[in-house]
Amino acid sequence: MQTTRSMVLVSSDPESLDRGALDVFSTLQKQITKYGLEDEISLSMISDVSKHAMSPLVLVYPDAVIYGPVTKEDVPRIVEEHLYKGRVVEEKQISAYDLSGRVAWLSARKGTLPAENRIVLKNVGLIDPENIEEYIINEGYEALGKVLKEMSPEDTIKVIKDSGLRGRGGAGFPTGLKWQFVRGAKGSKKYVICNADESEPGTFKDRLVLEGDPHAIIEAMLIGAYAVGADEGYVYIRGEYGLAISRMKKAIQHAREYGLLGENIFGTDFSFDLHIHAGAGAYICGEETALIESIEGNRGEPRARPPYPTTAGLWQKPTLVNNVETLANIPAIIRNGPQWYKSIGTPSSPGTKVYTILGNVNVTGLIEVPMGITLREVISIYARGMKNGATFKLAQTGGSSGSIIPASLQDTPMDFDSFSKVGVSLGSGALLICNEDVCVVDLAKVLLNFFRFESCGKCNPCRIGNKRAYETLSNIAEGVGTMQDLKDLQMMSDQLVELSNCGLGQTAGSPLKDILTHFRAEVDAHVKLKVCPAGVCPMSGQRVYQFN
Amino acid sequence: MSIEVKEGRDIRKFVRDLVREHGDEKAELIPILHEVNRALGYISDEAIIELSERMHIPSSHIYSVATFYRMLSTEAHGRHVIQFCESAPCHVAGGRQVWQKLQNELGIKKGETSDDDKWTLLTTSCLGLCGVGPVMVIDSDIYGNVTPDQVPGILANYE
Repeated sequence: MQTTRSMVLVSSDPESLDRGALDVFSTLQKQITKYGLEDEISLSMISDVSKHAMSPLVLVYPDAVIYGPVTKEDVPRIVEEHLYKGRVVEEKQISAYDLSGRVAWLSARKGTLPAENRIVLKNVGLIDPENIEEYIINEGYEALGKVLKEMSPEDTIKVIKDSGLRGRGGAGFPTGLKWQFVRGAKGSKKYVICNADESEPGTFKDRLVLEGDPHAIIEAMLIGAYAVGADEGYVYIRGEYGLAISRMKKAIQHAREYGLLGENIFGTDFSFDLHIHAGAGAYICGEETALIESIEGNRGEPRARPPYPTTAGLWQKPTLVNNVETLANIPAIIRNGPQWYKSIGTPSSPGTKVYTILGNVNVTGLIEVPMGITLREVISIYARGMKNGATFKLAQTGGSSGSIIPASLQDTPMDFDSFSKVGVSLGSGALLICNEDVCVVDLAKVLLNFFRFESCGKCNPCRIGNKRAYETLSNIAEGVGTMQDLKDLQMMSDQLVELSNCGLGQTAGSPLKDILTHFRAEVDAHVKLKVCPAGVCPMSGQRVYQFN
Repeated sequence: MSIEVKEGRDIRKFVRDLVREHGDEKAELIPILHEVNRALGYISDEAIIELSERMHIPSSHIYSVATFYRMLSTEAHGRHVIQFCESAPCHVAGGRQVWQKLQNELGIKKGETSDDDKWTLLTTSCLGLCGVGPVMVIDSDIYGNVTPDQVPGILANYE
């Protein structure tokens, strides 16, 4: 796999192009080749850095240095001094604060680029997941002991609330508050469920936690059960995850043998037992009420809410449902305290986030980094740049239910609030990084095909809306779309978001909204010019779906 | 995928044993259907009727559950089942070309079974193996980083 040590970006907004950005780019290309650095340095054009008197700009990563205005005459010196010898050419350097706010983070972060910070994945890959003793040696079940011996359920909930932990399933609901709701719900029988029905395309973080550190989930569920007053729990693992299911079964067996599950745990009067329920292949079962229906032996169709599962969940009893990644944070928070946790990440979204990096980049894989790092940082540092020095076009975040994020938003800090402010969603943490060979119509078609297939069919907006949106996109991809089709897509997008019963339909509208907002020109080209600018869509001129 | 019990009395006995083992709580329905599907390759009408009687659940409910979940099937498949991931990460990584090649090689389309009952070609949503996309699964063998050129060689592994 090709990796690069630096990434050089040249601004290509109209102003930069006007002032010779293309010459700068081609001279850079020649000079980099001259020094034999072409395998170490990736070079790309980026649009939309900022409109600025100092353009064209040249950005060097990961050193976080910006040069401007750069002429082709400056290039040999920059390549020789900076890229070859590693010395910054200070005369040409400009401060990020001279630019618009969007890239101001560059110099602020100079020298302090975030390293990986593993909390959720602390043990993954380092311990033998089938050996409970290895988990115990690595501070395992210490947090449980602390909670049972020293803390009341109320104290425990307060610690989780103070830590600011938010649900990692996608919605970002405050975890401590959810625990408090279940604690406060009436009823003597309560349940704890771990949502491990990870089916979001591009996401496999939960699988790695289940396979690599199953006891962390058991410990967290025990702590949660103690806090909310539950004595029984389920781990709902998607049926396709065979290894995760068998590891979890073994882990539960071992925990029972060690007296960590069952009656009177640690000699207290707290008792808890855990079951596994294997899913049978349905994306919708990641929705918590659908998941509950599925455990009860029904079709996985989401319930109408309220009542929420916190008051009437599994068999109508108060139920706590938490995602795998959320739970994996719990033991560390109890051990180290809420202040420690709050010191990581951003004030409104503390802690780390696990991302799966996929697509047209040099290095794909899994990272756990503090909340608030930007897409540009992920691409340039962890993914080591775009493959073959291509240009970054868009990222699809959070599996299917996330957003399509254009290059212009790549400097937005990735946390729940910053993302929702600019109208996009963090989702489950999948980052599908795409270059300019990807067509947005084709991508949206793939996403809508997914939703069309996975819609449970219970409510009309989702069942019909996704199908019609897919068909309309297919016609556009064949070059027979009309302007009316675009209006219809906009309407379907709005209706999916506003009228669907559950999160599936509500997020299915977002890819449509995103391509119509951020990539309107490209979509229009399919309709008005009958051209797919990326050269992906078939554009056969044949209508595949006929509407009245 | 092995068919250990044939249509008829054996299926009924097999299902009865399963219900005895799991209990007749409604919550056991999906785990039992999983086992029937694994043993038979699909969930036959016979199995649904027997389950309905033993678990005191309407057969319409069992049928509705069996047709809801992707891993359960109410139709017999070919000897080998190919599942091809059609989610975005595999699509972007070159899945489109592999899918085309696969259909050409087999001469069947999505959801179809070949005339000689050797292959059934299905698409699936994400399998969580996106790090090695494009991904396809034949029976329980997983193939990652598949290129169109590799397709004939992979298919040749199966009798």
